Amino acid sequence: MAAAPAVQRLLLHPLAKPAVFLLALAPFGALLHGAVTNTLGANPAEALIRGTGDWTLRFLCLVLAVTPLRQALGVPALARFRRLLGLFAFFYGVVHFLCYAWLDMGLDIALIVPDIARRNFILVGTAALLLMLPLALTSFNRAIRTLGAARWQALHRAVYAVAVLALLHFFWMRAGKNDFAEVAVYAALVAVLLGWRLWHRLRRPARG
Amino acid sequence: MHLIPDRGFQHPVPSEITPRDLALNRRQWLAAAGATAVALPAAAQTARPGRLAPLPGARSSVPGASTVEKLTAYADASTYNNFYEFGTDKADPARNAHTLKTRPWTVAVEGAVAKPGRFDIDTLLKLAPMEERIYRLRCVEGWSMVIPWVGWSLSELIRRVEPTGNAKFVQFVTLADRAQMPGLRSSVLDWPYVEALRLDEAMHPLTLLAFGMYGEVLPNQNGAPLRLVVPWKYGFKSGKSLVAIRFVERQPKTSWERAAPEEYGFYSNVNPRVDHPRWTQATERRIGEDGGLFAKRRPTLMFNGYEPQVGQLYAGMDLKKFF
Repeated sequence: MAAAPAVQRLLLHPLAKPAVFLLALAPFGALLHGAVTNTLGANPAEALIRGTGDWTLRFLCLVLAVTPLRQALGVPALARFRRLLGLFAFFYGVVHFLCYAWLDMGLDIALIVPDIARRNFILVGTAALLLMLPLALTSFNRAIRTLGAARWQALHRAVYAVAVLALLHFFWMRAGKNDFAEVAVYAALVAVLLGWRLWHRLRRPARG
Repeated sequence: MHLIPDRGFQHPVPSEITPRDLALNRRQWLAAAGATAVALPAAAQTARPGRLAPLPGARSSVPGASTVEKLTAYADASTYNNFYEFGTDKADPARNAHTLKTRPWTVAVEGAVAKPGRFDIDTLLKLAPMEERIYRLRCVEGWSMVIPWVGWSLSELIRRVEPTGNAKFVQFVTLADRAQMPGLRSSVLDWPYVEALRLDEAMHPLTLLAFGMYGEVLPNQNGAPLRLVVPWKYGFKSGKSLVAIRFVERQPKTSWERAAPEEYGFYSNVNPRVDHPRWTQATERRIGEDGGLFAKRRPTLMFNGYEPQVGQLYAGMDLKKFF
């Protein structure tokens, strides 16, 4: 691929990571700005909860796209951004949960716990977030060395489960209003990204 | 110890007694003041946003029809709407409903009635005196507003068309025109959108056929040119942009019942004790509540606070079963 070396050089630029970091933070900044200036519409709490949820899903898709794109486009430097994107998925997931717990539930544990237990879609979403926690906690280099690459990789495959749970969370949330158009878009993306991995695994069964 | 010694009943000096005719006059004066208040147009109560044609309504004398809670801002009430015919996002209707043509408009009133007919919108506007009704609106999604509607009790129309003994339910059909409504391309619901009430619910004086809000005609996204407003039921029971009102014998299947029968019942009365499977109905977020983002949710009231007026309609019914 002719463009690959140029892209590769760009991705290895010392400013590439800070730039991606700022880009990834931009949606949070926009939501925060909207909340402070009261420009999030009639129901700002709902806009914040939905907005942060959308961005969690988007970052999950982005982080799952790193390996397929890296191999398909021949730009190994993409791997530099995988941890950053994964941590942003976790960050938006945490903010999403905090928005729900604070704006919808008034940070009242006595309300939150039964609400999670009673509502399947919240239960599944909480499970996805909790499953992301060990991945975020073992995202630094020393954790990889301590765990050993094989065990670390096995643990971090949990991100596939996180993506499926997050999708189910979104699907069940929208099922109440019978509105699956957006869910279908994310489901198709996740299906392609996980399907690509499955296809590779089946084609080359020898590789771990 | 009393500072003023009790001397028993003190007879007033005759000159201080108000003459009888003057005392009676006071009542006349109060009655006149009351009449003035009744005759005052809606504009006196609700500041018009100045966006659309004025449609004033007199203060309603129907019990429960004029809550004194803070009104929802017009900007919020007209930009945060569920009107799936114009898109499923709540910002979609305000963006897309400009394609709706509200003139000419007729409503077919048909079925089990002695005098069926097609009513032109201009005939309906003059059918009964317009009243302003300030109602709470509780959406099944857990948010609420306070909206000053303009219209008249649906019973005014029902009486004129004379339902027969077979009329047990009233069905409300919303316009379904692909040329005007981009949302019809999605298969979220079976179109047209159909809602229904029991005849006694439809006859209740609080059940409103609304033509306006905030002293002006309805914005398209809020269901122009006429819609139903049933304040003690979740908002989706109040069909918008109606083209037919049908009197039937058997309980009709509503659009939401057909889409998700375990989640949306026929009655759909606001009830904090019966949760929707996906969210609690015990509390609600009042749109525009003081305190903004961090305002506490309000407890939801039985029948949306209209229990004194409508509770007797459901006497003896298991409201968990008939949700």
